[in-house]
Amino acid sequence: MASRPAETGTLIQRPVHDAGQEVSMPLLTLHDIGVTRRGNTILTGIDLALQAGEIVTVVGPNGSGKTTLLRVIIGALTPTRGEIEHRQALTLGYVPQRLHIDPTLPMTVARFMALPRRRPADALYRALEQAGAEGLADRQMATLSGGQFQRVLLARALLGRPDLLILDEANQGLDHRATAAFYRQIDRVRRELGCSVLMVSHELHVVMKASDRVICLNGHICCQGRPEAVAGSPAYRDLLGVEERDAVAFYRHDHDLAEALP
Amino acid sequence: MMLDDFLVRAALGGTGVALAAAPLGCFVVWRRMAYFGDATAHAAILGVALSLVLSTSLFAGVLTVSLLMAMTVSVLSGRGYAMDTLLGVTAHSALAFGLVAVSFVSGVRLDLMGYLVGDILAVSRADLAIIWGGALLVLALLGLRWSALLTATLSPDLAHAGGIDPKREQLVLTLCLAMVVAVAIKVVGVLLIAALLIIPAAAARPFSHTPERMVLVAAAIGVLSANGGLATAYRLDTPTGPTIVCLATLLFLAASLAGRRLGPTAPRATGPRQ
Repeated sequence: MASRPAETGTLIQRPVHDAGQEVSMPLLTLHDIGVTRRGNTILTGIDLALQAGEIVTVVGPNGSGKTTLLRVIIGALTPTRGEIEHRQALTLGYVPQRLHIDPTLPMTVARFMALPRRRPADALYRALEQAGAEGLADRQMATLSGGQFQRVLLARALLGRPDLLILDEANQGLDHRATAAFYRQIDRVRRELGCSVLMVSHELHVVMKASDRVICLNGHICCQGRPEAVAGSPAYRDLLGVEERDAVAFYRHDHDLAEALP
Repeated sequence: MMLDDFLVRAALGGTGVALAAAPLGCFVVWRRMAYFGDATAHAAILGVALSLVLSTSLFAGVLTVSLLMAMTVSVLSGRGYAMDTLLGVTAHSALAFGLVAVSFVSGVRLDLMGYLVGDILAVSRADLAIIWGGALLVLALLGLRWSALLTATLSPDLAHAGGIDPKREQLVLTLCLAMVVAVAIKVVGVLLIAALLIIPAAAARPFSHTPERMVLVAAAIGVLSANGGLATAYRLDTPTGPTIVCLATLLFLAASLAGRRLGPTAPRATGPRQ
């Protein structure tokens, strides 16, 4: 995947278009977040506000700091600089990128769901149903398929009735159909619970349609805005290289991009 | 009185250690800390030497050194060396330094073998108090933090998202490990403590569908090994600590064979994929 030097991004930076500016109180605001690790700058100058009910997708190539950004937001990583502001009593639901459960650890789906806090059985079954994972409660985690596993992770995140659902490349190990089905499920859940969704992906075509706002990340925010606007932006095209451009052209039938192809 | 019988005291001591070792051993297995447990246990011999030199209680010396060892390894990990290299260096050097240090202790006729493989038949009433006190403390600590520990074991990021600090949970486990080493040294000795942690937990795996059940089965297997090993050693006149570990290993083998027929809860058997 072609990744350009960081300064290219600043050159083609567009005016930031913020989809939810009219909503007064953001769930979460990042102020000038920077993360440096062993002398490497991973994130720099990240300003970001998440509004209630918004679906925001962060896209960017491997190593662009997407997962680092999520880890800062869930509190697993203290940023080197900058501040995070939370709305009071903000509940996060986190669906990790992938979760390896050691085969020596016996774990039923129901027991997994009840970590770290025990939940009433009816809440547990309702969450499984909302995530499209009904009937799996007594299964061992180790015997689930990739799609089932992701749905269980989603169900677990929903148990706490989150204000903000955070998904980190939740489609890993899923084929296109399973990914599309999983994102439809998330969209349904969002409408049912009214929560915001922040997700990270390097596969845009399926994700973007459902998103209110797409953020292009490559160490810094290259551009952001409505999916259509971002798909047409040179910053986005530069960032995601030929392979993704093909994919986008194929799945979105975007004329601009299709014309650009030989 | 019943406690006057050395066999009864030995049985009680072994049972106490087995009970504390069960939940901790499960975490050691789940988190792949087996070598970490070994390093902590090996450091205990240095603790033995120090407590003799400073004429403090054996328990305090071993607890301190084991704890220091475990903390050192935790701090050093992720600083350039792979964990197994780091543990290889620290575990064996601690054992070597401990053995050298013990040789300096003059005027005490030291039964080194007793510390290396344990001397359960010499468990005194005071030892029993320490063993059970330590065991109950470990059980209480693990019980109180059970869900947080499990979550941190599954995934540090999930723990963070749930408001749990995985580093703190790691510290709880480290503390418990040092405590178990300190109370188990008399029963199985530094060389075999890790075996007592890991083997019952591993044997329990095929019969368990939840973490809690694995702990209970591991406790049962541990207690059975301790008491069965004691009886066997008494009858065959073999060293007690190693006999306990041998019995636990036989139970592990039997459990693995039985587990192959058990289906979905067994680690190797996977259900139909969709």
